[in-house]
Amino acid sequence: MSILILAEHDGQQLKKAARQTISAAQAWGLPVHLLLVGDNTAAAAASAAQVAGVARVIHVDAPHLAHPLAEDVSAIVVGLARDYKVLVSAHTTFAKNILPRAAALLDVAMVADVIGIKAPNTYARPIYAGSVLATVENSDALQVVTVRATSFDAAVDGGNAEITTLPAPAASGKSRWVSEVRNESDQPDLASAPVVISGGRSLGEQFHQLLTPLAQKLEGAVGATRAAVDAGYAPNDWQVGQTGTIVAPGLYIAAGISGAAQHLAGMKDSKIIVAINHDPDAPIFSVADYGLVADLFEALPALTAAIGK
Amino acid sequence: MKALVAIKRVIDHNIRPRIKPDGSGVETENVKMSINPFDEIAVEEALRLKAQGIVTEIVAVTIGHGHAQDVLRHALAMGADRAILVDSTAQLQPLAVSKILKAVYEREQPQLVLLGKQAIDDDAGQVGQMLAALLDIGQGTFASKLEISGNEAIVTREVDTGSETVALQLPAVITTDLRLNEPRFVKLPNLMMAKKKPIESLTADELGIDTAPHLKVVNLAEPPARKPGIKVNSVAELVEKLRSVGAI
Ligand SMILES: Cc1cc2nc3c(=O)[nH]c(=O)nc-3n(C[C@H](O)[C@H](O)[C@H](O)COP(=O)(O)OP(=O)(O)OC[C@H]3O[C@@H](n4cnc5c(N)ncnc54)[C@H](O)[C@@H]3O)c2cc1C
Ligand SMILES: Nc1ncnc2c1ncn2[C@@H]1O[C@H](COP(=O)(O)O)[C@@H](O)[C@H]1O
Repeated sequence: MSILILAEHDGQQLKKAARQTISAAQAWGLPVHLLLVGDNTAAAAASAAQVAGVARVIHVDAPHLAHPLAEDVSAIVVGLARDYKVLVSAHTTFAKNILPRAAALLDVAMVADVIGIKAPNTYARPIYAGSVLATVENSDALQVVTVRATSFDAAVDGGNAEITTLPAPAASGKSRWVSEVRNESDQPDLASAPVVISGGRSLGEQFHQLLTPLAQKLEGAVGATRAAVDAGYAPNDWQVGQTGTIVAPGLYIAAGISGAAQHLAGMKDSKIIVAINHDPDAPIFSVADYGLVADLFEALPALTAAIGK
Repeated sequence: MKALVAIKRVIDHNIRPRIKPDGSGVETENVKMSINPFDEIAVEEALRLKAQGIVTEIVAVTIGHGHAQDVLRHALAMGADRAILVDSTAQLQPLAVSKILKAVYEREQPQLVLLGKQAIDDDAGQVGQMLAALLDIGQGTFASKLEISGNEAIVTREVDTGSETVALQLPAVITTDLRLNEPRFVKLPNLMMAKKKPIESLTADELGIDTAPHLKVVNLAEPPARKPGIKVNSVAELVEKLRSVGAI
């Protein structure tokens, strides 16, 4: 028996979260197979086959899979899953959409957002926005799991997996893709950036002006609280937290962020946390390695100026 | 068309949950409980579709024990027409919840099923997708915009790279994201009036659903605390500290 990873890719190569899932999957000590779904995935499959720890890459191509719809991809996953012991993916919007659908079709439970694999069927996962850590045991013969990518190192190249192509089932017809808006920006991918500079709603209209130069100097990504996103200062895919992106960079700078549990849930596993807030009692200071009680409108430009000197 | 809205009663999002001394669960006695925030957004969306004349009847459903009535009253006070309580004391997990909701769907035959994208207690994010799978219908998860056009639901979904729009054949399952709408405030008179609206009571057994859990919670614990940090007095000191630990 082996492990099947539903791997997210960008058409050319695996996303970093897929590489992190590959290392997470080593915990089961079974051969790891990757499933890539899309239109024209040959290049991505060839590149995925080079990753250490991968035994086989299966790719399924069809024009209607160019934008993977849950109805179609879950059918492909279900068609393969019976031959596997574990079905796993990273806990990103891609898999969050597809894997629960596949699990229900297979009549098995799913364990979401796993941060530690303690035994082949026992997992650690945060609940209540990370306020509680649960250990859960899954009694199903097929384990369906999503892992929190930031809790695992990315697998590196050094493998040589066999590549197989499987035919795609016809489109379900229950849904169709219409359009997408990609929030294109020059910034590194938020979920995997080594440095993240986040701001809260108090930055107001100066959100970008205050954070972007600092992020550029530190080669980091800009993040935001939900309040900042709601106020329209930052795009929705910058939201860090329980219901946004989970990050765990080497350095996280929180400016003008109160530190609500829902925000902490998305960043408190960062290696070093800096908080800048003018309220000395702000809860964000409880997770900060370095706290600066200051007005952010002065501190941020000063910090930007001081770095790189 | 009829809309079915699934709502869950959870510990209020402003309350910090406490683990019971024996580690068996999270304390809910004498703790403020509320409708899951995403589910309140789902109710609000149904109300807006009703105001547009698209939805004609809104049925709210919750699965839980007797106390769960209060979130149904909340939905009724917001404007839902009827409510169903599926009484169950079992420890409910997403797969069992979706099976119960499927049975309710089959009784009600709605065209639109609205759920939250995630319950803020278990943070599972699964029931909507599982329900759509069991019903063999389309799903629009993490919706930030919903329009009904003819026989289709046009859903804009929040995804990691931005947003994506899909069109779903009705009936369909939609799960809500925070930006879909801002739920209305419930006024006291409406709460009083909601007391007159009907709540039907069913049990999982009556519906013939096996709710046996697949997952067992072995243990609950506080997450490891971060080691205490220090306060720095100036930007210069901050920069010096960050340099000394190699963070910049
Ligand atoms: C279901 C649900 C899910 C949620 N999910 C998320 C999520 O994923 N991510 C998230 O972030 N939030 C989330 N939230 C919202 C969360 O509860 C908080 O409301 C939000 O994080 C607060 O954002 P904020 O820190 O920007 O604003 P506020 O809480 O208003 O804090 C502003 C802070 O800025 C400080 N400040 C103001 N002016 C200055 C100044 N000049 N200099 C220095 N400091 C200053 C203040 O002291 C204060 O601490 C969620 C809420 C709910 C109900
Ligand atoms: N016990 C329940 N009763 C009614 N609806 C529920 C219940 N549990 C979950 N749901 C619905 O399913 C959504 C997702 O829940 P979950 O998959 O548990 O995160 C919630 O936002 C609700 O809309």
